Amino acid sequence: MTAAVRSRRLAMPDPFRGMERKRREKLILIGVVILAVVYPLVFRALESAFPFVPWPGTSVLIICATFAILALGLNIVMGFAGLLDLGYVAFYAIGAYTTAFLASPHFGIHVSWWIVVVIAVAAAAGAGILLGAPTLKLRGDYLAIVTLGFGEIVRIVFRNLGDFTLALPAFLGGAVLIGPNANLTGGNVGINPIDPPTIPIPGPWGNEIVFSNQNATASFYLVAVLLAITFIVCTRLRDSKLGRAWMAIREDETAAAAMGINTVTTKLLAFSLGASFSGFAGAFTGAYQTAIFAESFNFAVSILVVVIIILGGIGSLRGVVIGAFAVQYVNQTLLRYLGENVINAPMHAFGEATGIALLRDFNLVNYNYLIFGIVLAIMMIRRPEGLFPVESARAELHGVGISSDTTSGTADELAVAEEFATEVTQADETQAGDPREDQR
Amino acid sequence: MEELVKALTIGLANGLIIALIAIGYTLVYGILELINFAHADVFMLGTAFTYFALEVIVIGLGISPGSLTALLLIFAVLPVIMILTAVINASIERVAYRPLRNAPRLAPLISAIGMSFVLQNVGLVILGPSQRAVEPVLPKTDLAFFPSGTPWFGIDEVMVVGITIPLLLVLRWFVGSTRQGKAMRATAQDREASGLMGIDVNRTISLTFLIAGALGGAAGLVVALYYGQTWFQFGFQFGLLSFTAAVLGGVGNLTGATLGGLLIGIIGALSDRFLEAKWTSVIVFSILILVLVFRPTGLLSEKASERA
Repeated sequence: MTAAVRSRRLAMPDPFRGMERKRREKLILIGVVILAVVYPLVFRALESAFPFVPWPGTSVLIICATFAILALGLNIVMGFAGLLDLGYVAFYAIGAYTTAFLASPHFGIHVSWWIVVVIAVAAAAGAGILLGAPTLKLRGDYLAIVTLGFGEIVRIVFRNLGDFTLALPAFLGGAVLIGPNANLTGGNVGINPIDPPTIPIPGPWGNEIVFSNQNATASFYLVAVLLAITFIVCTRLRDSKLGRAWMAIREDETAAAAMGINTVTTKLLAFSLGASFSGFAGAFTGAYQTAIFAESFNFAVSILVVVIIILGGIGSLRGVVIGAFAVQYVNQTLLRYLGENVINAPMHAFGEATGIALLRDFNLVNYNYLIFGIVLAIMMIRRPEGLFPVESARAELHGVGISSDTTSGTADELAVAEEFATEVTQADETQAGDPREDQR
Repeated sequence: MEELVKALTIGLANGLIIALIAIGYTLVYGILELINFAHADVFMLGTAFTYFALEVIVIGLGISPGSLTALLLIFAVLPVIMILTAVINASIERVAYRPLRNAPRLAPLISAIGMSFVLQNVGLVILGPSQRAVEPVLPKTDLAFFPSGTPWFGIDEVMVVGITIPLLLVLRWFVGSTRQGKAMRATAQDREASGLMGIDVNRTISLTFLIAGALGGAAGLVVALYYGQTWFQFGFQFGLLSFTAAVLGGVGNLTGATLGGLLIGIIGALSDRFLEAKWTSVIVFSILILVLVFRPTGLLSEKASERA
């Protein structure tokens, strides 16, 4: 924890270096913006010019950007506040279903998406508070399980409410309160169609621009703007008083409380803000796909977002965005490309030759979670700070970046010191409400 | 009334199975404070191995299902499955958790999630995406009847009880009365101090994973026979139920895990019978959340002497 403070303090008295960096960052930013604007327009041309390169389609980039929003949101919870949330998909589902309820023929309500998105974000944030308020006092791994359970509950409830009957038991009269067999959520079939976002600008494309999967280019620009908004909000949050409070809690909850931070409210804010971005992404996904199914909001989505954050660098905004694009690019484009062009055919031939049925219909795409699972474990062992880490995490996890004038110890000594610090934190946690406290 | 007794009986059978898996979670949590996400997938591999073993033996050797030979076969297959899953579980610990012994707490947890996905995909590879029917070995004989003549329980329920209860008793004896069990309890209480006392901590942890894996494998065999199915998603389904059971009883507590398993099994069976089966998991997860919020120590406050 001290390493973080130290490295930051050291970086400051070097204004020239800071300037250089600012300029470099500006250039990168301009480059990214130009790329985002141009790529969907030239994608077809690129594809026909260089067909042997696995170019990601615009719709793949939309998925990448959606997951980047999700990852930025979860990064607030996991990266900034240090709370493991394994049911993050629940808020995504809540955002998507709120959109579906308010802008589809399902209930015959057709509110404009630009209003719906606000309601969806509020609904997700509310759900975050509802789940967080009673559970945030739990320790890390218990919280993980509670959120996992919550994610499952939300998915199953949305699925089951497609055919719902609420009746009093027979001995109370048996009156039917809801139903019989009311279709509240569309059940397994889901809700279809959902009104996509529109802007009433006439042009060659018609009377208005429709941001649905029928018009991937326009939708990509919309989601890129949403991602930019999310990124800016997250940057501002990170640098705000609240952001510093989150990081203080992450590093040492007891010390943060002693410094006058209200840990309960602060953690709750992290939870509900994180949830609200998930609702934001959900509102976009529902409207863009114009259809949603309960089963698509499963545990695997939560894990995918966790993979993105771990891979990109937990706490690092740029890292998680790059992570989202990388992971979804691999997931949606690269694996299919490699499968179809490189790996599947020889596997099939080998399967035919040896008679192994498994290899005969081998398809690399089916093994994506196998790859992600291995990546998770390897990352945790080899590079726990991620591919694009924040400096403090690298310093803390590897004992580098701490200058020799403050600490003259070897890496081993640092490791021992680190271990001691962890021990102390654990002891504090024990006192703060370890469920197993009473037998110690 | 008969329906209630019947539901309770099914709940008891389910509960014993859940308890067997829950103990695997509790043993590992007690010693490493790690939720071993991969544990339930080891159990799932147990159901898969049972499927393949019976496929080879029953069809390959032409043993007629339901015969006495087939019944004896189960007891021959059981130790093989248990050894396989034990070795898999211990290898996972060696590869994915041991390098993270002194890392921040979340690191091994995430590594465990990764391993869980790997095993789930192994299941997907060897079993395919859909459920597979396990070769029926047990005769479908009902042993007891209600006064009205409807069947109460059959040979398969007796099999569940006959395999799970002895295993639970052996485990109790092992943890409570042997030298190795004592080492496990000591390591659970204070890893460093027990290391200083001459206990080989790494060996003890490996042993814990071996035992947990073996119990998971046994549960896998029982599930494959009792439900007559295997599926690569069994791990996820049973895993959440079992973890709930472990938490309900007080994670780290052997008796608690058993009681928690029985409770979850019975609640599940009652909900299946008197509500709708599709709501059962919602009820179980709600119980999990409520228990963690209001009584995070579990129903049984854990006693130091029982920890392992």
